[in-house]
Amino acid sequence: MHFNHPSGLQFVQYEDALAVNIFMQTLARDLKMALRNPSSFLNPLLFFVIAISLFPLAISPEAHTLSNIAPGIIWVTCMLAVLLSLNALFHTDYDNGVLEQMVISHHSLPLLLLAKITAHWLLTGLPIVLLSPLLGAALFLDSESIGVLMLTLLLATPSLSLIGAIGASLIVGIKNSGMLLSLLILPLYTPILIFASSAVSQAQYDLSISAQLYFLASILILSLMGSPFVSALALKTSLE
Amino acid sequence: MSELIVNELNCQRGYSALFSRLSFSITSGEILRISGANGSAKTSLLKILAGLSSPESGSVAYNNHAVGSSEYQEDIFYLGHLPALSPELCCQENLGYLSQLQGDNAGDKVRDALIAIGLKGYEYEYAANLSAGQKRRVVLASLFINKAPIWLLDEPFTALDSDGIAILEEQINKHSRSGGICILTTHQDCNLSNMRTLSL
Repeated sequence: MHFNHPSGLQFVQYEDALAVNIFMQTLARDLKMALRNPSSFLNPLLFFVIAISLFPLAISPEAHTLSNIAPGIIWVTCMLAVLLSLNALFHTDYDNGVLEQMVISHHSLPLLLLAKITAHWLLTGLPIVLLSPLLGAALFLDSESIGVLMLTLLLATPSLSLIGAIGASLIVGIKNSGMLLSLLILPLYTPILIFASSAVSQAQYDLSISAQLYFLASILILSLMGSPFVSALALKTSLE
Repeated sequence: MSELIVNELNCQRGYSALFSRLSFSITSGEILRISGANGSAKTSLLKILAGLSSPESGSVAYNNHAVGSSEYQEDIFYLGHLPALSPELCCQENLGYLSQLQGDNAGDKVRDALIAIGLKGYEYEYAANLSAGQKRRVVLASLFINKAPIWLLDEPFTALDSDGIAILEEQINKHSRSGGICILTTHQDCNLSNMRTLSL
């Protein structure tokens, strides 16, 4: 019953403060490292922009055609860009041994991984959300659909980082594992792809999109609750 | 008196048993050197003691806390073969984060530790620009900050020059005199007092 004891309560608060502290430290470290080596997070973003801008050249520059296929194009490209960035999520820390120190640390490993996943989203998912209105407009999406596109991206890109982390932690330590990662992760991404792109398509015809948004939100909550723990387990197994 | 107890440990890699029914205990103030030829599972044993890998069977406990428990993990410091440094961060940032992971809020002590290990002037140098020996020193500087009673050092003398070796030996002796436990593997002769050897 140490929760009722004043000193016990202080102890619990101290532990909480430590947990918040190590989370922020890990997040700040990952962001700092990425900003000092910008190609690590700029490459997937460049891929996102370049791949989308190629579609009008290959298919048709006509507004009607492009706006019809825009939700699919943007969402598929977003997924591939995230997939491209996932390889680096744990690889560098694995190669230099920091991951070992994280695993044996007495801090909660899921918490440390959640910090890394948050950094990954801030560097990949968030820029994609911010770039999407520009690319949506380039593909002749109307302003309302662009709003929905941003909303679906905002709801679902964190899930992409979270689910991706499970795959990335399973393949850590395996050389040339890009293809394996796609095989592991893309099937798990498909529900997100289906609901998100259908939400944008439906919005173009002024149909209700609440069902899709609820699905995306529930996937986000599920992956937020499960992914750090599953990734931690997978990492421990991979490191053995 | 605190005691690290290893009981009936079995370790298998593939189809071959690396060691079986390995039992020993080590009390505070002792240094244990694990010796053996290449491939005799020295590193595997240290990894089991660090909680990085699990044995086929057997148990490891310190003060009745089993390996893997938060209390046990808080009590160990492990240094593996890898440098545990990120090339994009400078020495001070690397060491600061490492000691955060190990539960020490180092603050100013980071700078002092780097100076103590002989890296004065390198505080803001990126780890990418350091030599192998200097990288080793940055990680070993953790030993000046760390308060963990059990040190698990895998080949700590590798890549160090004679000065570095002397500093490290002195630090290990100091740790043992203040009641700490140190388990290390090395192929080099080392000048450590109160040392036992375990042959695998």
